[in-house]
Amino acid sequence: MNGVAQGLWDAWWLIITFDADLYEIIFLSLQVTVSAVIIASIIGLPMGAWLAVNRFRFRRFVIAVLNALMGLPPVVVGLFVYMALSRAGPLGGFGLLFSPSAMIIAQVIIITPLIASISHQTIRDLWAEYHDLLISMNATRMQRIKALLWDGKRALLTATLAGFGRAIGEVGAIMIVGGNIEHATRVLTTAIALETGKGNFAFAMGLGLVLIMLSLLVNLLIHSLSRTERASTW
Amino acid sequence: MIFHWKTLIAVLLMASSSHAETLKMAVTTSFYNSGLSEILLPEIAADLGIEVQLIVVGTGQALRLGQTGDVDAILVHSRVAEQAFLAAGFGTHRREIMYNDFIFIGPIDDPVDLAGASSAVDALQRIARNGASFVSRGDDSGTHKKELSLWEAAGISPSGAWYRAAGAGMGATLNVASGMNAFVMSDRASWLNFGNKGDLVLLYAGDPVLFNQYAYIPVNPALHSYVRNDLAVLLETWLTSEKAAELINEYTINGESLFTFNAVSQ
Repeated sequence: MNGVAQGLWDAWWLIITFDADLYEIIFLSLQVTVSAVIIASIIGLPMGAWLAVNRFRFRRFVIAVLNALMGLPPVVVGLFVYMALSRAGPLGGFGLLFSPSAMIIAQVIIITPLIASISHQTIRDLWAEYHDLLISMNATRMQRIKALLWDGKRALLTATLAGFGRAIGEVGAIMIVGGNIEHATRVLTTAIALETGKGNFAFAMGLGLVLIMLSLLVNLLIHSLSRTERASTW
Repeated sequence: MIFHWKTLIAVLLMASSSHAETLKMAVTTSFYNSGLSEILLPEIAADLGIEVQLIVVGTGQALRLGQTGDVDAILVHSRVAEQAFLAAGFGTHRREIMYNDFIFIGPIDDPVDLAGASSAVDALQRIARNGASFVSRGDDSGTHKKELSLWEAAGISPSGAWYRAAGAGMGATLNVASGMNAFVMSDRASWLNFGNKGDLVLLYAGDPVLFNQYAYIPVNPALHSYVRNDLAVLLETWLTSEKAAELINEYTINGESLFTFNAVSQ
């Protein structure tokens, strides 16, 4: 157990002394995941709302597929993105493999179905409530989606944070497409995998605690910024 | 919101800001785990202004990355595979840089008397004969290929409950061996740098067949126009220079030197 205490202390020391390498890794983790969450939200939230207010022939099927995609295995997504972005692949010309952009692409693919699914369920309930009102006001389809997204924004925050949670802790896909390159594509999760591989379990655990604290911090920050759970709002 | 969301997105999406010229090099886990790269890379950046980005994989995948042009150069240690790579025209040439050696690790009580083995082949035969647990890399890496060639030389096709293929890098495989208190073959550098030795110790080393040569291969720019062969050539000159020789030969862990520089000047 001594080793564990030593590792936690080492990690804590790196945090309080603002170790440049550690903060670079933390910043890249945030940069990649927040970018992916923003892009996935821009795609996923309206997609969920659109599926809730529209009736079309394959609606049930599309929703079922979307729900199933929530469980996409990240390592398979990583492999597909790798094959697509490799110089020998169809998108090889962009030279994106082993870059933060490749990691963002992989994470967007992993979390968009999750965000769209939760968004769809939220908006569907809200739509049942707002249906008569919005129809009687003769709102266009775009206006309906906008109104629903706006009024459901608190619940949709949950969808976004769920996406963030899945992305920040993901290692399988970003290890494959990012390559865990020091000072370029190394993030907290891949650093933990690396330190475990070196047998530095204690330090790996310290990094793990940093990851958990980071995730908590972001969640708390978002909640306080958006003023949830306050007296007048809910 | 205090800050404008568009600014936020712009800041977040800014790809890694452009810096000095970068060269991507695929290296083996055993080289990376040795810690030598942490000595060499800053010197390379200072002398050449090249930021070398290491993709740490097994030799098998390193060669694949070179074949598809996803990296500019590779540094691996599996001569047969390297020669096949060159024969197929994927690399321009092969330059030997340095060597270290493979060693046999096992439980401290040494149930098969590995320390008394007369050769690497004899060591493997002792393990197989006693059905002692042995962890293999099992990942098509240079170390794995070497291990398989030694089994072949010993006239044994390893299989059964005692032979475990981890399918992982050197560090992860050593973790498995440490957890199972099993025998394992490792390169010396990874072993010296490994932090979870448990009850394992070095039991056998020294057979010339365990010699582990690292070679540098620039990827063929004729196949991939975007490959930075100019940088790869500069790096080769540096890696074979006297300064590199000094840094490599003087790199030690706990007083043991890990690599011997053996590049011949051309």
